[in-house]
Amino acid sequence: MTRPTVDLRPTTQPPLPRQRPITSFLTKPQVIALVAVLLVNWALFPGFFTITWQDGRFFGSLIDVLNRGAPVAILAIGMTMVIATKGVDLSVGAVMAISGATAATLVTNGIPAPTAVLAALATGLLCGLWNGILVTVLEIQPIIATLVLMVAGRGLAQLITEGTIVTFSDPLLIFIGTGSFLGLPMPVVIALVLMVLATLIVRRTALGLLIEAVGVNRSAARFAGLKAGTLLLIVYTFAGFCAAISGLIVAGDIRGADANNAGLWLELDAILAVVIGGTSLMGGRFSIPMAVLGAMIIQAMNTGILISGFSPEFNLVVKSAVIIVILVLQSPLSARLFRRLPGAPK
Amino acid sequence: MTEPKPVLEARGIVKIFGQHRALDTVDFTANAGEVHALLGENGAGKSTLIKILTGAYQPDGGELLLDGQPITLRDPLHGQTYGIGTVYQEVNLLPNRSVAENLFLGRQPTRFGMVDRKRIDAAAKDLLSRYGLDIDVRAELSEYSVAVQQIVAIARAVELSGKVLVLDEPTASLDRNEVQRLFDVVRGLKAKGLAIIFITHFLDQVFDLADRVTILRNGRKVASQPLNTLNTTDVVRMMLGKDVAFDHHPTALSGGPKGQVRVAFQNLSRKGLTPFDLSVHEGEVVGVAGLLGSGRTEVARLMFGVDGSDTGQITVDGQPVTIRNPAQAVAAGFGFCPEDRKLDGIFGDLSVRENIIIALQAKLGWFKALNREDQVELAGRYAEALDIRAADHDMPVKLLSGGNQQKVILARWLAIDPTFLILDEPTRGIDVGAHAEIVRTINRLREEGLALFVISSELDEVVAYSNRIVVMRDREMVAELDGDTIAPDAIVQAIAGTAKEARP
Repeated sequence: MTRPTVDLRPTTQPPLPRQRPITSFLTKPQVIALVAVLLVNWALFPGFFTITWQDGRFFGSLIDVLNRGAPVAILAIGMTMVIATKGVDLSVGAVMAISGATAATLVTNGIPAPTAVLAALATGLLCGLWNGILVTVLEIQPIIATLVLMVAGRGLAQLITEGTIVTFSDPLLIFIGTGSFLGLPMPVVIALVLMVLATLIVRRTALGLLIEAVGVNRSAARFAGLKAGTLLLIVYTFAGFCAAISGLIVAGDIRGADANNAGLWLELDAILAVVIGGTSLMGGRFSIPMAVLGAMIIQAMNTGILISGFSPEFNLVVKSAVIIVILVLQSPLSARLFRRLPGAPK
Repeated sequence: MTEPKPVLEARGIVKIFGQHRALDTVDFTANAGEVHALLGENGAGKSTLIKILTGAYQPDGGELLLDGQPITLRDPLHGQTYGIGTVYQEVNLLPNRSVAENLFLGRQPTRFGMVDRKRIDAAAKDLLSRYGLDIDVRAELSEYSVAVQQIVAIARAVELSGKVLVLDEPTASLDRNEVQRLFDVVRGLKAKGLAIIFITHFLDQVFDLADRVTILRNGRKVASQPLNTLNTTDVVRMMLGKDVAFDHHPTALSGGPKGQVRVAFQNLSRKGLTPFDLSVHEGEVVGVAGLLGSGRTEVARLMFGVDGSDTGQITVDGQPVTIRNPAQAVAAGFGFCPEDRKLDGIFGDLSVRENIIIALQAKLGWFKALNREDQVELAGRYAEALDIRAADHDMPVKLLSGGNQQKVILARWLAIDPTFLILDEPTRGIDVGAHAEIVRTINRLREEGLALFVISSELDEVVAYSNRIVVMRDREMVAELDGDTIAPDAIVQAIAGTAKEARP
């Protein structure tokens, strides 16, 4: 038994030729879709790409898309990893409400804002841990396990706020929702930082690969010596943490915690963003940046419909039509069709 | 005895899946008033043949004859109208409906357009009494034991079809008394002239019940003859392939000076498995022979911590270790190539490279990531060592052939520099060329000093690489053969459970 395991000899194979990252990124259907939606917005509203500098920060429709899309993007970052394990987290919208309610109630009761923020993040972690325990220890199907907190969470949030909309004027909380840093709105900055950090953590460590392995084949993961349970706990806890951040942003934005409406249905937008980003609901391969891009596509559509002057009733119909187009573009069927075209990559 | 009257005949049946001939010109005849046992190890083609006989599959060649007339079955329902009924291992009735409803589902007698419950109940009671079953037919089916449920399923199948009855492992979840009860029912049906096809892994039950036996091996018919001309040893021999030349690998035969004890299992047991002691030395292959269901896979799962043990200790290189889950087994340097490669082995959507490094990565923990260069090097090294043929190590492993997938899993375990390797049916379902390579690889690993525990249904294969052979029967290790005692007859007899006096 003298074979080295980690002491590795230099590679004998030439490095694999890789597609140039820029080209492969620009030809992804998601990128094409986002560009197309933005161009349609521009056609409907010529000032769409105009960005102005005012009061030390950028303003413009494009910035608005980023800013409004940030809460869903943050949810999507956590959701991507949950979906990669072949799970789903329906409770993130409710966890947003809990987090916002916690922070708002604490500051109105005179607790210092930094403590309130930490407490809100901690509740998010706890909620995620709860989901994780239901999924791993009790082995409840994720969709049911997280449905519990989706329903109960709004009740919890109402208990925290005692049924009222708790408004606040704390500068820190408001800054999280509406402030700016380096000219960019705070929510955008937070989403970007979280996206970069999460991507680095999962890709620079083996976490990403292990999560994908659990999602592709949980049984094989067990046989290969992976601690699938621990991984699932981490993933659901992280999703709860992301939801708590989103909850803080939404509360700071409206300067109040609305237990009934904060984050309502946003779990569905987050799931959609992940799917548009190319992560399969069957688990496995995932991409956090692509999910964030998915969130941006959704928001660009919302904004586009809003500024185009269409009545809001069209919103959902148009949205679903665009989504169908994106999903068809990603489907195996279109992959087969494109492969037949000359010059298409194998 | 009168001349047997053929009811259902299959002639020259061929069934091809992709490149693989699952059935190759197989003949099969079910006679009226006979119980015909169909035997063969997993992958021999039993279930494929049954599916063709009942109409679930269409044959690619050959023909089916019912009472001498050629028939074509579209699906099992169509087969039923011809009088061919099937009862499966898992009762596929509705557990939450009454016994009577289950019996008459889809053909309930009606009165003024309404289901006539009274008539159903009376008819059901009458029907079951003919099977010696006096139960409350209005109770839910799930309230009764599996044996009763099986009899209800048989009654329903016979009512619906009534010429040919296929019993697909009906006794797998029954205890001894229940089996007898079921057999009484089957004997009654046989006396009524039904042709009964019986599939099981339990040889004693075959000799108890069947009149005639057909043995399949690798998609071909090995034998089809009256059972009273055969004994258990003959049957086992035919199932496992007696005709093979047993060329014992020289280093395995000589035994040679064994290394240190690498792993020792003492008094290891779990419910349903008799406690066993076993130690495996450095540079030794312990082969496991035994029929399917003899408990061989259970032993492997217990060793690797897939199932928790009730009693017993495990030591590795003299040090006691705790193995309650596979992660602990991997930490102790164990590797396990499971029987069901697709379900428990490969990560289909992940790349060949990732599939090779995953166990090492799991052992290192998530924080110490192997970087891309390390991964490429490891995958390249083991792919070369095991001759894994993949166009590109970044392609999904699911695109590889079965043999190459098996080698990928083997490579995965070699990458952790294992102390002890468990292989459960490493050559199942892979083509002949890859088969020979895997056998060679096992021999090479042994020569390099690895301790291996290898389960196989292929006797010739076990003999080719084992220093010692453990024989399992009825969830118990019943014999251990080593050195010169490793002989085909000895193994076959130990499996069949007959005395050793017949040894040549």
